[in-house]
Amino acid sequence: MASQCRARVVGPWGASTLGLVLLSGCGVETFLDPQGPVAAQQRLHFWQVTGLMALVVLPVLTLTPWLLWRYRDRGGADYEPRWGFSRGWEIALWGGPALVVAVLAALLWINTTRLDPYAPLASDANSLRVQAVGYDWKWLFLYPDLGIASVDLLAFPAGRPLEIELTSATVMQSFFVPALGSQVYAMGGMSTWLHLGADAPGRFRGENSQYNGEGFHMQKFEAVAMDEAAFEGWAQNAATASALDTAALDALEQKGVASDLAHALDRPSDDILFGGLPDDLFARVMAETAKAPMAPHDMAAGR
Amino acid sequence: MTLAGLLDAALGRLDWNALPFWEMVTHPSASSIINGLIASGAAGIMVLGALVTIWALTRHRLWGTLWRDWLTSLDHKKIGIMYVVLAFVMLARALAEASVMRTQQAVGLGGGFLSPEHFGQLFSTHGTIMIFFMAMPFLTGVINFVMPLQIGARDVAFPLLNSVSLALTAAGAALVMASLLFTPFSIGGWSGYPPFTETGFSPDVGPDYWIWAVTLSSLGTTLAGMNFAVTIYKKRAPGMTMFRMPLFCWTALCVSILMIFAMPPLTLATSMLALDRYLGFHFFTNTGGGDPMLYANMFWLFGHPEVYILILPAFGVYSEVISTLSGKKLYGYTSLALATICIAVLSFTVWVHHFFTMGQSASLNAVFGIATMLIGIPTGVKVYDWMLTLYRGRVRLGVPMIYAAGFLMLFVIGGATGIVLANPSLDYVTHNTLFLVAHFHNMLIPGLLFGMLAAYAFWFPKAFGFRLEEKWGRRAAVSWIAGFILAFFPLYGLGLLGMPRRTVAFLEPAYLPFTLIALVGAGLVLFAFGCLVAQLVVSIRERDMRRVPVGDPWDGRSLEWSIPAPAPEWNFAVLPKVETRDPFTEAKEQGRAYRSPEGYEDIEMPRHSAVGPIVGIAGFACAFGLVWYMWWLAISGALLSLGAMLARGFARDTVRIIAAAEVREAHESWLAMVRATPRIPRHEENTPANLGHAIPASQEEQS
Repeated sequence: MASQCRARVVGPWGASTLGLVLLSGCGVETFLDPQGPVAAQQRLHFWQVTGLMALVVLPVLTLTPWLLWRYRDRGGADYEPRWGFSRGWEIALWGGPALVVAVLAALLWINTTRLDPYAPLASDANSLRVQAVGYDWKWLFLYPDLGIASVDLLAFPAGRPLEIELTSATVMQSFFVPALGSQVYAMGGMSTWLHLGADAPGRFRGENSQYNGEGFHMQKFEAVAMDEAAFEGWAQNAATASALDTAALDALEQKGVASDLAHALDRPSDDILFGGLPDDLFARVMAETAKAPMAPHDMAAGR
Repeated sequence: MTLAGLLDAALGRLDWNALPFWEMVTHPSASSIINGLIASGAAGIMVLGALVTIWALTRHRLWGTLWRDWLTSLDHKKIGIMYVVLAFVMLARALAEASVMRTQQAVGLGGGFLSPEHFGQLFSTHGTIMIFFMAMPFLTGVINFVMPLQIGARDVAFPLLNSVSLALTAAGAALVMASLLFTPFSIGGWSGYPPFTETGFSPDVGPDYWIWAVTLSSLGTTLAGMNFAVTIYKKRAPGMTMFRMPLFCWTALCVSILMIFAMPPLTLATSMLALDRYLGFHFFTNTGGGDPMLYANMFWLFGHPEVYILILPAFGVYSEVISTLSGKKLYGYTSLALATICIAVLSFTVWVHHFFTMGQSASLNAVFGIATMLIGIPTGVKVYDWMLTLYRGRVRLGVPMIYAAGFLMLFVIGGATGIVLANPSLDYVTHNTLFLVAHFHNMLIPGLLFGMLAAYAFWFPKAFGFRLEEKWGRRAAVSWIAGFILAFFPLYGLGLLGMPRRTVAFLEPAYLPFTLIALVGAGLVLFAFGCLVAQLVVSIRERDMRRVPVGDPWDGRSLEWSIPAPAPEWNFAVLPKVETRDPFTEAKEQGRAYRSPEGYEDIEMPRHSAVGPIVGIAGFACAFGLVWYMWWLAISGALLSLGAMLARGFARDTVRIIAAAEVREAHESWLAMVRATPRIPRHEENTPANLGHAIPASQEEQS
């Protein structure tokens, strides 16, 4: 489990920042310490971009102070008040950045295509299908193939790709697990898709990153990667919980965080599981959010 | 109808609950009292500020002066100055809000003192004010003041429209201020995304305040853009071809075009949101076939060009400042002009990068990502052009140059993080986090704000006839730079750790060191603002020892420096004939400056008009009425502003002739004074010896 404490290097955002991150090492979760294939590729891409940008940034950071000093008034340096053009410099100034951007653009194309949140992860293992519904201010995770559901707890087997279909029962939200990688919006009346995965068992902080009111800062969930056996056990245990019935759905729609929901349903707060799902619940939530006929959700989702 | 019923109808949905202290009185609790005190304190400061202003104006019998010489004036210089004053007032409020938010996050591990609702209002007003009522008025003011002087014009093309634009912007600002007293403002952020801001999720008046404030501002800005563009196309002095214009005018032109094309999508988006909220339409709702994604597209179709509306004028200022304070021709003028045009055009092709995470296809995201990166090319060219302007110059580290140097070094860092965000696959892990917040503050503070503060220091003598005090100015500039670094670099770290923006409190102990450092930075920024205030006070008090009546305190290169300081109402006694770039430098070097013209002519200037202030007050009344459902007020406000504009159509006596003799007398006595004033070298620039008569840097002897 990743809950053990270890120092993690985040990056050269100034020596002070680096030092602080090392100091605070415990519980720091970021794509720069990737726990899955998506985040790992993003880290690589991040450092490539940072390195290339350094080619442009470092000359400015070093030469500006030098120019200010070397050519200070009454500093005795050369002075050419009428000099304002040089063909060589022009070619270098337009060509240099253009070259850097060309390389960056190639990297961008490769990574954007490879890390398309809609594209299934390359893997021999079967994907686990999960449907995530954003409420104010908690997430409901449906496992349609297993007939179970959970609130603010996304359990999944490590090493197996996770295929998440997202929607929102309220306003726009954004589903994000920093240690695993990409985020995608969840929007009412339509669905979006996200593919993630974890390399090894661990517990990762997940959140909604799109402001949605009073309880926004409390809308965190736990993404728990388990080994296959543990996941089986978890799913079997979940199947014994009471079903996601109309009363539970009504309670979910009430504004509040997971503990408010647990209170309303009379459950222990860290363990809201449901053992039975109504048919097509996800589609129903989407339809109810939209209420009236609208363009097919595929319009946005591209599938 | 009974009296009570009548009162009810008159007040719409305004009741006691709107008062910032009402909840703390009716439902006292630790949280409601703390938040109530902070909110009431803010409202109290505003009311007190207004009362003190009223008292001072009455005491010194300045109401007449204020009305005649300022509010009804159509002089582009005075309108520009009023824009900048508005910007400073709003900057003070938005900075105070930022400090409260920084303090909250510094103690926000597991709680803090602010309620989520209060925090939501703070980040929404902070963003709305900083963009629409600080940055926009500031740059519009600077363009207003400087651009006509630089192109050798006597005023903008449509002086009355100019006054109306200012009034509309001020009305929007007043509406945001009114929300301090009659709460609440929106908690939907400066971008006001539906469906959160729809009535279903935000039934209170908050989003309505936001909608009407932004709508007023966007109308004012669209009109200002048209005015500036026509001014540049039509009012240039003889010989001032496009490629002889100072670079600031190029940026002003591009900004005007951006304003004309970028503001309407915003006006439309806020109007459609208003239709949703007021008349039950379904443009952006979850239900009834609405589509919030449409709003995201429309908002950012405005929002991205807006970024360049904000930054381009600052680029113009830096071009003027770096060249002038290096005593040297601007390097790569044509490149810089072309780069400005490139940026303006490209700015319309990148809006999707504000929502890469909304589920578009990878190819679409990649196209918009690459388009975004392309902007990095002309921007990089500009940065290196400015550095080559320093190269082989004689650089004076005056206040505007300190800002420029801070800008050069910090802006490229912001540019680099912008390139990171331009990559869709990296945006997926940094979007909506504090990394993004750090990035855009990194562009807007060293970019826009430093540019505007540099412009303020640079052109202040031209506006008021005396230089600003240097020591407090340096303290302010250095504190701004250091404060910015401390306040925002930690936010990059927090963003990489996945901390979402707009978070009132958090549960991760790892965030704490970062938020604490950021708090120190915020304190330093407040100190910097205090320095600016001190600088202004000291400068006014000691103005007599910093007067620069000749008008050229910095050895300027463009036309505005060739006239007295403060500039006369008519700007140019005789319209200049321009034969080159940097015309004033050329004239000084060839000994042609300060010559008596061959003859004088009558000058036609616009007469004062009350239409602007009337439209502003009526616009405010209309908007306030709409917010609180006081329909009588909304309708009378709308009718009044419409009526004022129609009535103006019948006014025939709109110009005032200034006799040639009067112009001659003023100009000749100034020229006589110029001839009697000793010229000074650059190293005496910041001494009382500087009366604004410069030895051209190129002719200065240096050992």
